[in-house]
Amino acid sequence: MAEATIKKPIAKIEKAQSNGAPKKRLEILKTYKIYIGGKFPRTESGRYYSPENSSQEKLANVCLSSRKDFREAVVAARNAQGDWGSRAAFNRGQILYRIAEMLEGRKAQFIDELIKQDATREEAENEVLLSIDRLIYYAGWCDKFQQLYSTVNPVASSHFNFSVPEPTGVVSIIAPQSTSLLGLVSVIAPVIAGGNTCVVLASFTRPLCAVTFAEVLNSSDVPGGVINILTGKVSDLASYFADHMDVNAFVFCEKDADTQKMIQEKASLNLKRVVLYNKINWLTENGQSPYFIMDTQEIKTTWHPIENIGGAKAGY
Amino acid sequence: MARNNTLKLKFDSARKYAPAPESRSAAKIKDQYDLFINGKFEKPVSKKYFDTINPATEEKISRVAEANEADVDRAVKAARNAYENVWKKMPPKERGKYIFRIARMVQERARELAIVETLNGGKPIRESRDFDIPVVGNHFFYYAGWADKLEYAFPNRNAHPLGVAGQIIPWNFPLLMAAWKIAPALATGNTVVLKPAETTPLTALLLAEIIQECDLPPGVVNIITGAGATGAAIVNHPDINKIAFTGSTDVGKIIQRAIAGTNKKATLELGGKAANIIFDDAPIDQAVEGVINGIFFNQGHVCCAGSRLYVQESVYKEVVRKLKDRLETLIVGDPMDKNTDIGAINSKQQLDQINKYLKIGVKEGAEMYQSSVDLPKKGFFCRPTIFTNVAQSNRISQEEIFGPVLTIQTFRTDDEVIEKANNTPYGLSAGVWTDKGSKIFNMTTKLRAGVVWANTFNQFDPTSPFGGYKESGYGREGGLHGLTPYLNLTSIS
Repeated sequence: MAEATIKKPIAKIEKAQSNGAPKKRLEILKTYKIYIGGKFPRTESGRYYSPENSSQEKLANVCLSSRKDFREAVVAARNAQGDWGSRAAFNRGQILYRIAEMLEGRKAQFIDELIKQDATREEAENEVLLSIDRLIYYAGWCDKFQQLYSTVNPVASSHFNFSVPEPTGVVSIIAPQSTSLLGLVSVIAPVIAGGNTCVVLASFTRPLCAVTFAEVLNSSDVPGGVINILTGKVSDLASYFADHMDVNAFVFCEKDADTQKMIQEKASLNLKRVVLYNKINWLTENGQSPYFIMDTQEIKTTWHPIENIGGAKAGY
Repeated sequence: MARNNTLKLKFDSARKYAPAPESRSAAKIKDQYDLFINGKFEKPVSKKYFDTINPATEEKISRVAEANEADVDRAVKAARNAYENVWKKMPPKERGKYIFRIARMVQERARELAIVETLNGGKPIRESRDFDIPVVGNHFFYYAGWADKLEYAFPNRNAHPLGVAGQIIPWNFPLLMAAWKIAPALATGNTVVLKPAETTPLTALLLAEIIQECDLPPGVVNIITGAGATGAAIVNHPDINKIAFTGSTDVGKIIQRAIAGTNKKATLELGGKAANIIFDDAPIDQAVEGVINGIFFNQGHVCCAGSRLYVQESVYKEVVRKLKDRLETLIVGDPMDKNTDIGAINSKQQLDQINKYLKIGVKEGAEMYQSSVDLPKKGFFCRPTIFTNVAQSNRISQEEIFGPVLTIQTFRTDDEVIEKANNTPYGLSAGVWTDKGSKIFNMTTKLRAGVVWANTFNQFDPTSPFGGYKESGYGREGGLHGLTPYLNLTSIS
């Protein structure tokens, strides 16, 4: 895994000496690729874009993902869902905790990337620490939210009847566009904590942390395909995220009324659940809650008769 | 194989049932019904009325108003006014007491309601008397009690009503669906504009009379009749906050599309194509009874009907033989007769739809078996039907027929049947029959459906959440989970 840390913006790399040799050691630049099925391919489109920070410094060449990338990511997510959804909730909790551990170990890299993407050092540190804590928060929920939102229902007939949350399946997510890391983590964590798998589109203007976060995922026991991360343009991909027939739910976080309407219309093709988070400040306590987990859960109710002998009714 | 030696039950001449008709005189049906808006029955602005018939005789039994856009607007205004000025401000325990009143009044008028339900919809009186109407009363009673307890239901959240709910319901369980819609909406502090189905408006209008009698504040519940255009006017009305719809998946998709870009929330309870699975260790006689109930209850006009039967190969012959024997014993005919098992198909249109699928099934190469029962000369009736030799790709095993038609396929292993059962865009319900507890839970966790019945089928209860996965819709009705779709939950902190 590439552990290289870009400490300086590319534009400021020190010029080579006149004889062509670098003054000091030449830095290794990182290639920012996408993350599908546990692997790091380049986009099949071969297209890229070069986002800049506010000082017009180029951040990197970043993949401009295509519809085909998205479709492949959905296949990976669907293949991974059965295993992920049926793992013990305790195991999912451990894996989310492991993601937080890995992120903790690579704090410096994320802080550097955030600074490069216009954050002050203080803001960057705050965002990374909050992101780690948010993962810990959801790691803890993995085997608890079911107990809060399940019911044993006192039906009038002789039946044992209970209702439990289950993952809705594959979720497409367009991560909050204004943050590089915290928004991304805040929308992924509740979705996978509940046993879903997902395909996420990172922030277009601040994509660096998403790709580096994929490296964290890759080294933290998250099975390939559970989280797939694409970079690219919202306007290129949103309609495919919304109309894919093998996606069960769509999480969208922008306040863009036209795109929201388009998403809801296209989602009707297979009755996707559309979740809109456009009023949430991810930096506050309101940016985390078990209700976010429930937004991509279904409720299943199971019935079984209870033996009823001699008129003595048993029940719960 | 001792169980193969079970004697065939003899339901022949010795078992002829004498007619046992329920008395029509216990219910009064008016010649004409107007729209129930703002606590009063009002003539429609549209000035139009349409006939409503008894599908078992094709006779007209009344005529009801057809609400147009202006009528819908009047109803929504009444609901808005009642929401802002009365219902929202009323102490929750008082709201609850009104709903308790409705529950009691439904119980008091149960016989009358059952008769009208059967006359207008065609379902056997035994079902409307013993299932539909009692559960209607129970549903109101259950949700009434929630009205002043919402703060206990949602930890760390404040619960706020949404406003005006537009509710559109189907013709298969007319009054029960009205109760499923109205009771949770009122308990959570919303007001209602409800439209019953075009072919079955009468019990909802009797409920309007009951609501009037209960002194519910005017405008809290408005009940308007009409067809698809009336429903569309409700969905598109700009001052509605919530759409609750039960009906076909096609219309559900249209609704999701229509409300895109608005702030309207939706609950959609749509179609189904439920798998009912019999393993070789199941108590076969009970399973056969459950399959019969699963598909022929309410003429198969049930969104959660067990319309795809999967039988483990080793017991296939036995199950099919017993199903055919049982099919022969089903009494098809006058819905008002207390002995009737299968009543009238709800409408000519639905009968045509079912017959279309019977033809498709035969054309696709499946083998059709129907009971030899004589059908009444008048009215809309269909013989209970099973198809064997069905392929997973056949339209009759993929598409919702909404009639007394069962397809039967076989399987060998657990994995195979899970794959086949889940291979559908729908996900409303499923059934499993086996004697082995661990197998039950393996199946019930892997079947992608909102309601799973193990060693039983078609059970319902006000406390039990109901609703679908995938293209069977979203949101739940019943139980604590049935409150959520009518609430806006905000953080306490």
